[in-house]
Amino acid sequence: MKAFTYERAASPAKAAEAAVANPGAKFIAGGTNLLDLMKLQIETPTHLIDVNRLGLDEIAATRDGGLRIGALVRNTDLAAHKAVRRDYGVLSRALLSGASGQLRNKATTAGNLLQRTRCPYFYDTTKPCNKRKPGTGCAALNGFNRNMAIMGTSADCIATHPSDMAVAMRLLDATVETITSDGTKRAIPMADFHRLPGNTPDIETALAPGEFITSVVLPKPLGGTHIYRKVRDRTSYAFAVLSVAAVFDKQGETRFAFGGLAHKPWRVEAADALGSRGAAAVAEAALAGAKTTEQNAFKIDLTQRTLAAVFAQKEA
Amino acid sequence: MKFDQPATLNPIDRARVVGKPVDRIDGPLKVAGAAPYAYERHDVAPNPAYGWMIGSAIAKGTINSIDTTEAEAAPGVLAVLTHANAGALGKGNMNTARLLGGPDIQHYDQAVALVVAETFEQARDAAKLVRVDYTQGQGKFDLLVGVKTAQPPKSVQGSPADTSVGDFDGAFKSAAVKVDQTYTTPDQSHAMMEPHATTAAWAGDKLTVWTSNQMVTWAVKEMAKTLKIAPENVQVVSPYIGGGFGSKLFLRADALLAALGARAVGRPVKVALARPQIPNNTTHRPATIQRLRIGATKDGVIQAIGHDVWAGDLPGGDVESAGLQTRLLYAGKNRKTTHRLAELDLPEGNAMRAPGEAVGLLALEVAMDELAEACGVDPVELRIKNDIQYDPEAGPKRPFSSRKLIECLQQGAERFGWSKRNPKPGQVREGDFLIGMGVAAAFRNNMAMPSGARVAIDGKGRITVSTDMTDIGTGTYTIIAQTAAELLGVNVSDVTVKLGDSSFPASAGSGGQWGANSSTAGVYATCMTLRGMLAQKAGFNAEDALFEDGMIKAAGKAIPLRDAVGREGISVDDKIEFGDLTERYAQATFGAHFCEVAVDRFTGEVHVRRMGGAFAAGRILNPKTARSQVIGAMTMGVGAALMEELVVDKRFGYFVNHDMAEYHVPVHADIPEQDVLFLDELDDKSSPMKAKGVGELGICGAGAAVANAIYNATGVRLRDYPMTLDKVIGGLAKA
Ligand SMILES: Cc1cc2nc3c(=O)[nH]c(=O)nc-3n(C[C@H](O)[C@H](O)[C@H](O)COP(=O)(O)OP(=O)(O)OC[C@H]3O[C@@H](n4cnc5c(N)ncnc54)[C@H](O)[C@@H]3O)c2cc1C
Ligand code: SF4
Repeated sequence: MKAFTYERAASPAKAAEAAVANPGAKFIAGGTNLLDLMKLQIETPTHLIDVNRLGLDEIAATRDGGLRIGALVRNTDLAAHKAVRRDYGVLSRALLSGASGQLRNKATTAGNLLQRTRCPYFYDTTKPCNKRKPGTGCAALNGFNRNMAIMGTSADCIATHPSDMAVAMRLLDATVETITSDGTKRAIPMADFHRLPGNTPDIETALAPGEFITSVVLPKPLGGTHIYRKVRDRTSYAFAVLSVAAVFDKQGETRFAFGGLAHKPWRVEAADALGSRGAAAVAEAALAGAKTTEQNAFKIDLTQRTLAAVFAQKEA
Repeated sequence: MKFDQPATLNPIDRARVVGKPVDRIDGPLKVAGAAPYAYERHDVAPNPAYGWMIGSAIAKGTINSIDTTEAEAAPGVLAVLTHANAGALGKGNMNTARLLGGPDIQHYDQAVALVVAETFEQARDAAKLVRVDYTQGQGKFDLLVGVKTAQPPKSVQGSPADTSVGDFDGAFKSAAVKVDQTYTTPDQSHAMMEPHATTAAWAGDKLTVWTSNQMVTWAVKEMAKTLKIAPENVQVVSPYIGGGFGSKLFLRADALLAALGARAVGRPVKVALARPQIPNNTTHRPATIQRLRIGATKDGVIQAIGHDVWAGDLPGGDVESAGLQTRLLYAGKNRKTTHRLAELDLPEGNAMRAPGEAVGLLALEVAMDELAEACGVDPVELRIKNDIQYDPEAGPKRPFSSRKLIECLQQGAERFGWSKRNPKPGQVREGDFLIGMGVAAAFRNNMAMPSGARVAIDGKGRITVSTDMTDIGTGTYTIIAQTAAELLGVNVSDVTVKLGDSSFPASAGSGGQWGANSSTAGVYATCMTLRGMLAQKAGFNAEDALFEDGMIKAAGKAIPLRDAVGREGISVDDKIEFGDLTERYAQATFGAHFCEVAVDRFTGEVHVRRMGGAFAAGRILNPKTARSQVIGAMTMGVGAALMEELVVDKRFGYFVNHDMAEYHVPVHADIPEQDVLFLDELDDKSSPMKAKGVGELGICGAGAAVANAIYNATGVRLRDYPMTLDKVIGGLAKA
């Protein structure tokens, strides 16, 4: 960990301002991801802006029947919130399948969206990694890549986004609300929030430098049956090998989003439309253009199988 | 005391305290955070500086230069030690690779420098400023390639690499039923809770290390040899250890570097390895390839049994002794075992959680399951059929000292409800789960090591036992107190136990599941000597004296211990030594594991639903601590079967998933109800305690029971550990 200076921001706009004024700055929320990365010098901020006491820990109804979730709402509180459990079951379940109780108590909504990949080479500063150090190469491409992405990959990076919560947010078509140093606010749809790696895997989101997340907004409830099925190598406290978030609404509309497949929560409109045709059809559409390695080719079969499990669960 | 004849009736047989489920006497200290661990010895080594180890960034090659100028100028930095300025170092006998590397590099993350600073953060930060310039060499990292040139090792845990009895090839060839399969197990990491950690301080030329080490006597010798100083000048203190599982049997880099750092800066220095450094810097259990060939009659009587083992290690290292149990577990006139060692430049392979048997049984006991199916014999019955009461290689002249495998299988099966198992795989379904049961035999050698103790009674009658024996979380404090209390006729609360200090009498240490039996036998020997002295002081005949209720009783008289010892108290050192009973008798511990799994028919995720084990391991000194040992070991068996694997990157020559987020061990949610039954057994040939080891027995076979249950549930036979869901779905029907 490199020595850094520290300040406590006074307001969201001030936080964004401070970030622009200190080019090496980072916001710190729960710190459960950032601090680990700092200890390994994968992140080396020179200045930390503590955003924990800005009153962004509220969950409130929006005028059009949705929910506005403050950026600093803890994962535990979000999962337990009455309206979330009632109307956005898939989000509550996704949150509770992630990390551990202690981590969820610290982890925040914005921090969760921005957590970085668990690619093991990203964590090893002695190894090439375009995401950590652009231009050095991708060690995972021909290395240990069982857990890596099969959708939307590039020759420069095949990492996945590890969040469970983000998959549910994507499924629900949430929007991320931000503020910049000049006070400009904008709303970024989840579909556009995370990026595919392309040839700049170090740039992971649509956020501009210093842009600060104030909240995440959920549109009005979809109703229907909400399912989050996380497949993992042990029963708890493990990142997803693969996950499927699904909503089957009362009108027979379906939508599906996937974790563990790509550099972002993976959702394909063509697949959403095929819910009535069953798991195989959805999988085929969702996985069009998949690029696998010898080690992660099983994710094709696993996606279809997990979708089959989701369909079976819906019937049960 | 020399133990060279079977024990007869002795004072332990009163079993007034020994054999009772006494709570851990160190428990309150631990839950209150008052038990001092190696990295927290501010009480005895005040004002320590902090050391941070730098590991090699390459797996094989040489260091051309190390530039420490920037690091040395960093805030708080007191010293940067490397091979160039650490002084001439020897190498211990027990570590294969040097603990401070350079200029030659032997494996990835081998220590190449230690940064010492005022604070931990300063040391870690400055470490990034040390510039090491390497020339990368050509390393060998692929076991599959290495096996082609693998050689027989000089010995396998002191026995020959290969054994052969009768005509294996002929008998296998002509057997009515044959199993010929190859199994693989991956590299594994100990993953104990407390990392390797040491605080070191010098007083003149005398070194004290407060460290986390299972074998205090070895650590003294190895430290002295490495530093080229006299063993008398080294004191090792290791009273509390947060788990070791074999990783702390030997002197490791934390201890050496702390000693070097403390010498360089002239004040105490402490060094703990960071979790991500442990898998590549320290030792691990090497991967194995195992071929099992079993030939049997149609009804399952083994005619030929062969076990060939390949494993790798650094040049000069050892083979994983995975074939040893096959020399002893089942009958069969024609037999053979071989071990071959491939030279690899991966980090050092060494002892971990029942070395040998733990992975040997992962192969052998699945092969037995395959044989049972091929013969149409129940797997429990098959094992009973092939039981043998003597060493099958040596013949009837070397009987087992005690062997209750059949009883374990029968009673274990009864308790578990084995009769409900459907022998046809893939038949039982509950909702979306495929349900199956598996069985495997448990076998672990019983070793005995000389062990000493000091037993003192002060003028108030309080008893103190001191020995350099360690408690690695196993319950040693408690069973030693029970032993002394039993023999001296007092309560456990009247006994203080002091462990893990090399100024105390040398003990067996903790390893190879020999610790409990050997160290309590040492306390037994010492207490018996003390009893003789006390009886004499009291004017009694030692043979007639009865020690109970805090008194010595004989000839109608009863004298309190404190009166017998007098005001100044009494103290005696003695030890147990073992004769040739382990040669005259095969000594081992036995058990049977049962497991029920539910496999998700869609995703292939395996959930262990129930585990049951029945074990025969001599006298169970404390059923509570013994049960804790066994269920912990069964949990490790689940880890081995389902998730534990250090993934080798064959390009860079290192273990990629070297932290606890990516190297998976079971969590609570993975572990269901575990039922443990200990059979009544006293082994009069093992020691005067009539006990044997038990800690490692629980892992031996446990993983194979899981694997066999997966097969019974799904019909998918996997032979490549760990049995992760990608492998399971590879064999499942389409969802
Ligand atoms: C052992 C372990 C297991 C885990 N398992 C899972 C799992 O199974 N599933 C899962 O989904 N997650 C898992 N996690 C990840 C966990 O969910 C994240 O660490 C957590 O959500 C991050 O939130 P935080 O508030 O602590 O973020 P921080 O660490 O504080 O910040 C993360 C990043 O977000 C930025 N940031 C924070 N707030 C803002 C803001 N308001 N605006 C702009 N930028 C901001 C920070 O600058 C930083 O770059 C695991 C983590 C660990 C350590
Ligand atoms: S997959 Fe991405 S994160 Fe992993 S090594 Fe390649 S570039 Fe780095």
